[in-house]
Amino acid sequence: MSDHHHKETFITKYIFSTDHKMIAKQFLLTGMFMAIIGMLMSAIFRVQLANPGEYSVLYELLPGGWLNEDGGLNPDKYLALVTMHGTILVFWVLTAGLSGTFANFLIPLQIGARDMASGFINMLSYWFFFIATVVLLSSLFVESGPASGGWTIYPPLSALPQAIPGSGTGMTLWLYSITLFVVGSLLGGLNYIVTILNLRTKGMSMQRLPLTIWALLITAILGVLSFPVLLSCGLLLLFDRSFGTSFYLSDIIINGEALHNVGGSPILFEHLFWFLGHPEVYIILLPALGIVSEVIAVNSRKPIFGYKAMVGALLLIAFLSFIVWGHHMFMTGMNPFLGSVFTFTTLLIAIPSAVKVFNYLATLWRANIRFTPAMLFAIGTVSAFITGGLTGLILGDSALDINVHDTYFVVGHFHIVMGLSAIYGMFAGVYHWFPKMYGKMMNKTLGYVHFWGTFICAYGVFFPMHFLGLAGLPRRYYTNSSFPMFDGLADINEIITFFALAGAIVQAIFIFNFIYSIFKGTKTTANPWKSNTLEWTTPVERIHGNWPGELPVVTRWAYDYSKPGMDEDFVMQNVPLKEGEEEH
Amino acid sequence: MADTLIQNDMKAPAWEGGDVPYKASYGKMMMWFFLITDTLTFSAFLAAYGFSRFKYEDIWPVPEDVFTHFPFLHGEHPLLFVALMTFILIMSSVTMVLAVNYGHKKEKNKVIMWLSLTIIGGFMFLASQAWEWGHFIHGDSGAIQLKNTEVVHVYNDSHRYSIYDIMGADSHDGQHHHFELNNFQEKFSLNSDLYIRLANRTFLNHEESIEYLNTNANQVLLGANLKDNEYGHVLFADYFFFITGFHGFHVFSGVVLLIILLINTIKGTYERRGHYEMVEKIGLYWHFVDLVWVFVFTFFYLV
Repeated sequence: MSDHHHKETFITKYIFSTDHKMIAKQFLLTGMFMAIIGMLMSAIFRVQLANPGEYSVLYELLPGGWLNEDGGLNPDKYLALVTMHGTILVFWVLTAGLSGTFANFLIPLQIGARDMASGFINMLSYWFFFIATVVLLSSLFVESGPASGGWTIYPPLSALPQAIPGSGTGMTLWLYSITLFVVGSLLGGLNYIVTILNLRTKGMSMQRLPLTIWALLITAILGVLSFPVLLSCGLLLLFDRSFGTSFYLSDIIINGEALHNVGGSPILFEHLFWFLGHPEVYIILLPALGIVSEVIAVNSRKPIFGYKAMVGALLLIAFLSFIVWGHHMFMTGMNPFLGSVFTFTTLLIAIPSAVKVFNYLATLWRANIRFTPAMLFAIGTVSAFITGGLTGLILGDSALDINVHDTYFVVGHFHIVMGLSAIYGMFAGVYHWFPKMYGKMMNKTLGYVHFWGTFICAYGVFFPMHFLGLAGLPRRYYTNSSFPMFDGLADINEIITFFALAGAIVQAIFIFNFIYSIFKGTKTTANPWKSNTLEWTTPVERIHGNWPGELPVVTRWAYDYSKPGMDEDFVMQNVPLKEGEEEH
Repeated sequence: MADTLIQNDMKAPAWEGGDVPYKASYGKMMMWFFLITDTLTFSAFLAAYGFSRFKYEDIWPVPEDVFTHFPFLHGEHPLLFVALMTFILIMSSVTMVLAVNYGHKKEKNKVIMWLSLTIIGGFMFLASQAWEWGHFIHGDSGAIQLKNTEVVHVYNDSHRYSIYDIMGADSHDGQHHHFELNNFQEKFSLNSDLYIRLANRTFLNHEESIEYLNTNANQVLLGANLKDNEYGHVLFADYFFFITGFHGFHVFSGVVLLIILLINTIKGTYERRGHYEMVEKIGLYWHFVDLVWVFVFTFFYLV
């Protein structure tokens, strides 16, 4: 770890780098690349939903053979697009792209360490992720198409290669890809946990950790506990597919042929999958909430309200997330009593979530707010978290859920509460730490345009979906024009598609701003946001090892903003306590 | 003495930063957390196994009826062989502890000796598992599969009776046997001592058995694989191969790691490094594999 002045070649600096800051950028760029692909996919299937079966120029982006002879989108490929959109956004963008980027970037910098505990394992974690990415993308180009059974890959669609076109090679590649992905994220997660526990600099007690680090620690613990179960779930599925076992299969007749499988249960798959699946929601959300805690405190120029309650709420959310998976399965014929137990545990999550939301509001209350783009996105996260959380109460209640299960109501709910919250958190993080990453400032005006464009379009897309769902429109259907009862909803679908396309165009502003600022942005000062945390004590120019001399010694928590009796409205964590000064 | 007291007093507690909690190096801690992930993986398999087993509680095979053989011994010895396997693996954990212990004392030759014994224990376990798999795949007494895929067994004088004996074949002549259902039924009806036990462990008398087989029998099953299982429900075989196989893969990886460890110890890598912590880390993994087996043994063989 003392090798911070060794010579770096192009390959060790930019490709096989063991420097956590470079690995963070690799995660960020891969995540952004995948986000663009996932977003284009959603643009394409939204066009299909607005003009079912008709040709669109956007379809020219697709590989050959994905269109019908009349130029409309092939229904099988529509399902493939929906599946890949979900997979990419959930795993590639909001898991690896979000926590991969910010855990790697912030953990050593904010706890005062020279690098991760094991730089090599950290590098390995990225390259596993990279290979997983290549495998997943390659499945787009196989003849039978990529996996098409939904990102939740329920058997028997996913277990029988002959079930639908996407169940063949595409599904196999999906499973290999996700296995590599899990290995990569476990390696990363182990590293994050151990680094936070073992490498905190002198004085950085657990009670002084910035909330970002708490959130990333708990996220890593969630990942370490839940991803192995996805691995188990996937391995059993792989055996059912390839070796004729019957773990998830029973009594199936396909194309007139009865299969030998007997005794298995797809419900077993759902239990195993959602045991991962629900903590996964918080693996996505918690890093965003961590980033938001930091950004809101810095830009409110106030200490975060209720630091200990924030940590407690994170821990409680993490614990509860392991005992609520059944609320994804209310429709599986679950015993109603069990349903009510899962309803109870699910609604309990509202308590720590509300604690967090009220603490954010209390931090903003009468604050001297600086509306930077990062701050706007942070407030946007809180706002989306509230909006989506409220519909969560409806879906978490088994009696209400069965009415809107698998409709667009669910799509609207989870896109707002986990998609928007998390992606806003990610944007907040990028705008906030861009100066630290690249030594340049991002353009503020473009940031504002990006925020308001995204905000309006996102609500334009997802808010009307609640009405579609309440009207009974099922999710994942190729078309809604084949059912007379849904004819009246065609206009709403067109509006949603309009906003989806507009929202996609707005993201181009962000990408332009990002790339332009790397090369042409104004140079940053050492601490542009007047923030307290340790990463702003490092030099602007990146060095391997973070601090040129000794590691900083921490004497106070991260939230001494506007502290009475101090010279400035912020006091960095490594500034010693004044004579007679009390720690917060 | 006084100096150390003062120093300890000045030093901040481990959790205050700048120090290592529990005095655990990052590598050791990473191994612990890795073992937690592996625990969850195995837990998922065992939970899935429990899910399936309790779904078919009344027709699930009884392990004592399945694992009854011991190499070179005749007669029935329920669970004796797997008990020996368990004993071997636990003993290899003991030798591992001793290797770690002598690693702490930096006694290279003793580390080498106990590591070698651990490796031998690992190989013995793997070999035993191979024998058990071979036996399980080859099958024991054979069974009749019904049209509803349940499996019934032939009994004589309250003991399981081998279908090979009914058909006048030697089950261990190295040939691949296959019996037609008609031939079996013919010979079965000739021997009035024979009767069948249904999957739910109720017995029929000879006449009832003939009648029952005439209406329900599908084929004669010999041995077990992932699709058919003469011992009972096919999921029993599926989980048996999957879980013991996954565990065996862990043991195999452990043996590979131990061999690398042994080579490095012999080469003096750890002596030069000044500590044998690597032995301790791999030791943690080895104990974990042992502990997992205790759970597999309990849930798969004992209960």
